[in-house]
Amino acid sequence: MKKLLLGNEAVARGLYEAGVTVVSSYPGTPSTEITENAATYEEIYAEWSPNEKVSAEVAIGASIGGARSFCAMKHVGLNVAADPIYTASYTGVGAGFVIGVADDPGMHSSQNEQDSRNHAIGAKLPMLEPSDSEECRTYTKLAYELSEQFDTPVILRLTTRVAHSRSLTELEERAVPALKEYKKNPAKNVMLPGYARGKHVIVEKRTLDLISYAETSGINRVEMNSTEIGVITSGISYCYAKEALGDKASYLKLGMVNPLPAKLIEDFAKSVKKVYVIEELDPVIEKHCKSLGVELTGKDLFPICGEYSQTTVRNLVLGEQTESKSLDVNIPIRPPAMCCGCTHRGVFYTLKKLKLTVSGDIGCYTLGASAPLGAMDWCVCMGASVSALHGFNKARGEAAEKSSVAVIGDSTFMHSGITSLVDIAYNKSNSVTLILDNSITGMTGHQQNPTTGKTLKGDPAAAVSLEKLCAAVGIGRVEVVDPYDLGELERVIRQELSADEPSVIICRRPCALLKYVKHSPPLAINDKCKKCKACMNIGCPAISVHDGNVEIDSTQCVGCGVCKQLCKFGAIE
Amino acid sequence: MSVKSVLIVGVGGQGTLLASKLLGSVLVSCGFDVKVSEVHGMSQRGGSVVTYVRYGEEVASPIIDLGEADVILSFEKLEAARYLPYLKKGGVIVTNTQQIDPMPVITGAADYPSNIVSDIEAMGVRVVTCDALEIAKKAGSVKAVNVVLLGVLARNLDIEREVWLTAVEENVPPKFRELNLNAFNMAYDG
Repeated sequence: MKKLLLGNEAVARGLYEAGVTVVSSYPGTPSTEITENAATYEEIYAEWSPNEKVSAEVAIGASIGGARSFCAMKHVGLNVAADPIYTASYTGVGAGFVIGVADDPGMHSSQNEQDSRNHAIGAKLPMLEPSDSEECRTYTKLAYELSEQFDTPVILRLTTRVAHSRSLTELEERAVPALKEYKKNPAKNVMLPGYARGKHVIVEKRTLDLISYAETSGINRVEMNSTEIGVITSGISYCYAKEALGDKASYLKLGMVNPLPAKLIEDFAKSVKKVYVIEELDPVIEKHCKSLGVELTGKDLFPICGEYSQTTVRNLVLGEQTESKSLDVNIPIRPPAMCCGCTHRGVFYTLKKLKLTVSGDIGCYTLGASAPLGAMDWCVCMGASVSALHGFNKARGEAAEKSSVAVIGDSTFMHSGITSLVDIAYNKSNSVTLILDNSITGMTGHQQNPTTGKTLKGDPAAAVSLEKLCAAVGIGRVEVVDPYDLGELERVIRQELSADEPSVIICRRPCALLKYVKHSPPLAINDKCKKCKACMNIGCPAISVHDGNVEIDSTQCVGCGVCKQLCKFGAIE
Repeated sequence: MSVKSVLIVGVGGQGTLLASKLLGSVLVSCGFDVKVSEVHGMSQRGGSVVTYVRYGEEVASPIIDLGEADVILSFEKLEAARYLPYLKKGGVIVTNTQQIDPMPVITGAADYPSNIVSDIEAMGVRVVTCDALEIAKKAGSVKAVNVVLLGVLARNLDIEREVWLTAVEENVPPKFRELNLNAFNMAYDG
């Protein structure tokens, strides 16, 4: 029976069916559900690693150890994991090793729009790209066959619309290959220059073999319809092209996007009158086709930025315009906001009140950059808040040290903030780091991490003590405050900014959305309200003004009491 | 039949994801090819959220673009207005009458438009309204808003009630089953 599975669920199903036994990942939208679903299979060992580099290395070790292994990450996570993966390309595998990476065209939940196919080219690794959930499952299984056949890690590339779309998927039985015998083999697995030089030659030969495979295997397939238009495409773009053009075009659907075939493309191009290459983000297929001398229309017509849709294809290829109507009123935007009771809200309110420069990081708290809090000066990548603050302070000296802080979440600190804090301690800047410890990985939807005391599968685990860790790397001043207590929070931040040594302030309270967190009764405005709207400055979604009166929505309020501390008239109770 | 498209829109946290999952399983049990596209992560934090549900004999694209939705199921009035351009000519809007102020309205930077429903109707669009929050409260929980709205949608789709009830049973945790079945029936019976 077919099941309606999310692309990510279908990848997890593919892992199960392929007999994978070790999965290690760091959560990242839109890849997170692969690992969450893999963890539901008893037969699979699945873990959240502290970051993507660690997760890839765990999977590499498992592969050397003879078990089929997997790690998942979002596109920017692949940058973090690039170091081991580029060299695992040289060592090859023991048992099959597959890396799942999910790109985010349109940046639904990401800080950049990079195209992971560039990493596949750089690392010289085969990359498969499914178009729907059934292909997510079958390509995952195929990836293991290719990994073992060609002695190479394989990258499975998804994009948001494949990862987060549901479509009908077949289910097959699990087949577990026996654990492969482990034999010490330094020439294969120890990448000293002497060995690596030989391996590079093998990698180049492997790429030629993979191109031969790409020419003839069914993974790249031609669908002939009208010969007026020929579309070369892959992944979700294939779905958009099919929807828009149907039988009006013929298709070369590329299931393997690295390395790309030559003859298959040349033959297809010759069989149609006009060739379009339709691919989101970078012109990867287009450049390859042009290098073969194929005349085509690609990024001269289609944008590099953002997502496509069937309308994009219909408009640009057929020149058809869409009919649609809109209301002639100003519709206010509805950007994401911190939740009611969010433990970060009071922190950003206080940082804004103190007019501090704030070095930001990746997580729910990046929303502290939005109005009305607006308390973030920059945000680059995971862990950068701590090290960038250090650099900022080294550049600008004491005045900056007394007026700037870094903010980083507990999970992000574990991911890549620790080494940055080591840098602060080691190289002596009087930087103040706020660890916003809400005892969970929030933005990706509540995943456990090394500070929470639980594993991915929910078993008890050693919990990292942030206090002891900070002390151990050489931070002499570590304070812990409740971020709901605005008075204490402000006092401690002022105190630590005036200190002449590095310090860490741990703002600790579990995320208000966690099931075990008990909420207080909702608050309400009483008749003492002077309508000064001071309570509106925290940007709580539960507080609004109607007909001049301030109201608290009792269905949303969780009684955190942060707004109450802003009211001078005792009007909130 | 040609492919039908249902756009589900609302505010992050209102339960649009469960609604699309339920609708998806209803359509699968009716024997359709189905694609559902969801948004996770950042956009869920109180932001405007949209889910696409498409069904028919064979569905290629999982998303719905401007002018393509046969039905827009809106969990909040302003979101119905925001996504109106996605409605196909002759399409129907089913909307909750609940108002949830977005941040620019809360901070006073913008006003919440008045008369949204009548303004849309004045454009010749058929709008079915429902105070889903009120019905959900009567059923026992404000969280049942999503199932209430599915009940209203169900009245406007040609699929038997039993199929919906089975999908609700299969997709909600046992302790909330009664509550959600009640909420669905209250909405379906209008």
